[in-house]
Amino acid sequence: MDREHFQENLYVSGHTACAGCGQSMAVRIVMNAAGKNTMVANSTGCLEVFSTKAPETAFALPWIHSLFENSAAVASGVELGLKYLKKNKDINIISQAGDGGTGDIGLQAISGMLERGHNILYVCYDNEAYMNTGIQRSGSTPFYANTTTTPIGKLSSGNTRPKKPMVEICAAHHIPYSATASVANPKDIEKKVKKALSIEGPKYLQIHVPCPLGWKTESQSTIEVAKLAVQTGLYPLVEYEYGKLVKVTKITSPKPVEEYLKVQGRFRHLLKNKEDLAKVQQVADNNIEYYGLK
Amino acid sequence: MFSVLVSKARTSKVNKTGSWRSTHKPKFLQKECINCGLCKFICPEGCIEGKEKNKYVTDLDYCKGCGVCAYICPKKDIEMISNSKED
Amino acid sequence: MKKFLEGSWALAEAAKLCRPGVVAAYPITPQTHIVEHLAQFVANGSLSAESVNVESEHSAASVVLGSQAAGVRSFTCTSSQGLLLMAEVVFCIAGMRLPVMMVCANRAISAPINIWNDQQDSISLRDSGWIQLYAENNQEAVDLIIAGHKIGENSKIMLPIMVCVDGFILTHGMETVDMPDQELVDKFLPAYNPPYKLDVDNPMSFGLLGDPTVYIETRYAIQKTMDQVLDEVVKVGKEYSSLTKRDSVRLVEEYRIDDAEIVLVAMGSVCGSIKDVIDMQRETGKKVGLLKVVTYRPFPKEAIKKALNKAKYIGVVDKDISLGSDGALYSEVKAILSSDKKVSGFVAGLGGRDIKVSSINTIIDLTEKEVNSCKFIDLKQELLWDEFKV
Repeated sequence: MDREHFQENLYVSGHTACAGCGQSMAVRIVMNAAGKNTMVANSTGCLEVFSTKAPETAFALPWIHSLFENSAAVASGVELGLKYLKKNKDINIISQAGDGGTGDIGLQAISGMLERGHNILYVCYDNEAYMNTGIQRSGSTPFYANTTTTPIGKLSSGNTRPKKPMVEICAAHHIPYSATASVANPKDIEKKVKKALSIEGPKYLQIHVPCPLGWKTESQSTIEVAKLAVQTGLYPLVEYEYGKLVKVTKITSPKPVEEYLKVQGRFRHLLKNKEDLAKVQQVADNNIEYYGLK
Repeated sequence: MFSVLVSKARTSKVNKTGSWRSTHKPKFLQKECINCGLCKFICPEGCIEGKEKNKYVTDLDYCKGCGVCAYICPKKDIEMISNSKED
Repeated sequence: MKKFLEGSWALAEAAKLCRPGVVAAYPITPQTHIVEHLAQFVANGSLSAESVNVESEHSAASVVLGSQAAGVRSFTCTSSQGLLLMAEVVFCIAGMRLPVMMVCANRAISAPINIWNDQQDSISLRDSGWIQLYAENNQEAVDLIIAGHKIGENSKIMLPIMVCVDGFILTHGMETVDMPDQELVDKFLPAYNPPYKLDVDNPMSFGLLGDPTVYIETRYAIQKTMDQVLDEVVKVGKEYSSLTKRDSVRLVEEYRIDDAEIVLVAMGSVCGSIKDVIDMQRETGKKVGLLKVVTYRPFPKEAIKKALNKAKYIGVVDKDISLGSDGALYSEVKAILSSDKKVSGFVAGLGGRDIKVSSINTIIDLTEKEVNSCKFIDLKQELLWDEFKV
């Protein structure tokens, strides 16, 4: 076996992500799609913890982590530095974080970066909770998910708030490109990363990445679960350009939400609750209608 | 004076995560492979290699046995077998 | 060239002379004029830096963290609430050994909200691993900014630098400053060339997870480097002095200390007032002197001990207070002096209350007559009540 070929990977083995981690799958695709002329600013979260334990790193491009909420600001600084050195034309800059580091604690920094128009691709790995700290609810946690801070109990069916619409929030900044993707369609992630990096200006790409530990799914079913999210209409794959919805991935025959919910431990409690199930189905139906997914 | 501050690319390779496997490992049957490269593309560890039909393999030093490669293979040419079985 | 100008302008010019590549700051009184002057320089083309209007201080510090890591000399400035908002980034910048330059326009901390001068803000971050230099006047501030770059960017040091100037008093005061010319600064301060930076041709990861197997060594390394900074301040100070004929860059300044029985210890602009009072008291035959601390971090223990060797009564003036304990400077000075010295701590000037000639006379008097560990000066008793009232 020719081990030299492993050198092509810009994100390599030896990282300590859980087996079947959706985020590790997606980050490898994103890094390889971006290529070696890329600098990455990363927020605190599972990704940096399982990739860069001193004195090692799984990354093979220039990479910097500092804090939880500021990768968009750090990336802005890197971009300005490269601009000053007149090296920015040939180097991609990516800022990446989980859903918490993006839409909750990181909202200020990302909004500032988008508003100032930096030439940066922001990638959000959306596993729908603060996974690194042990599966606590984030603004991106969907209805009725069982997390440690929205636990199910006698008085609760889990998270009672809808997902924060980050792709729309970013699109509302009228940036050239704001889109969602999913490990359900890995090649689509590569395509969207390449497309985004070919555009000048701020870009946002949100990738749905199942977390076997947090979602209580099988390691092997990461892609399968992500597919069901898309096929039910619960995770629409959309593209916005300058604030306008320009493209969606159609669903030929939408599956009922039960198909998606029943394979995840975090939603198992819903299966017996017709009322709550109907609410989740409503979210899916609303998405299908709003985005024209059928 | 300095201490640990930055790390060189790909140094995580010292960590042989293959030791994590406890139940299953992938067996590349190398019979129906169409060289689509999807297994290599999605492997979270980046430890599947191959360039030609029926020539894909995984590096068991790093493979965590997640099984997503077996799931994604359009020809079902990867099987998850017991980890204790000899190849 | 001698110029008569507002402090903020002088500070902005000093920053400009050092040719920063990236400037990122968020406005906060009393630092705002510095940011505005820098923006004007960029707009006029006299400063070719990438200047960015960030959306908060946390991002201002994060931007310069990123640009410094990319290998570009970077500058920011802030005060009070802004400094506290960026506090976690401040610690990160030091931990990541990035020699960012920051000017802190010292201002009191809320609550209650107060935009006037005291040193609580920078003092609150004294643990962060930044080199902290305190300026008595705008000339010193200009010199400390220029020399500070050279000290911090030394490839064996690589620590960030905070030049502290008393808000309003220095930032908005008009003073004569002898501004070095660009040629001198270019000769003195070479281009920034770090031993490590983000580079696609040498890809490395910055900002690692440092678990218990590695963390404490990183702290020890900075601590040991701080020892080297003590020597470097002296060395760079001598070099700067030979070019400009000014002694601004130093660990401490001894003012009329040689035969002084009573010595006050202080930092920042209050030293100017104290020097005047010392001169007045000396006229009456009183043997009193001042030890001005310029380099606060690293704390110049030996220089302070040596300066206070012959003094009997020492009065430390703090423009800050560690509530529940004593003033910061007092605590640190007291700790290094032998027990036969009578050391008193005074807290004055908080929230911008002027430290008057009479206040300083009182301090000198009390220093000689009593020993107090934490005496607040010039309190208005009518504003102190045993119970809540409106």
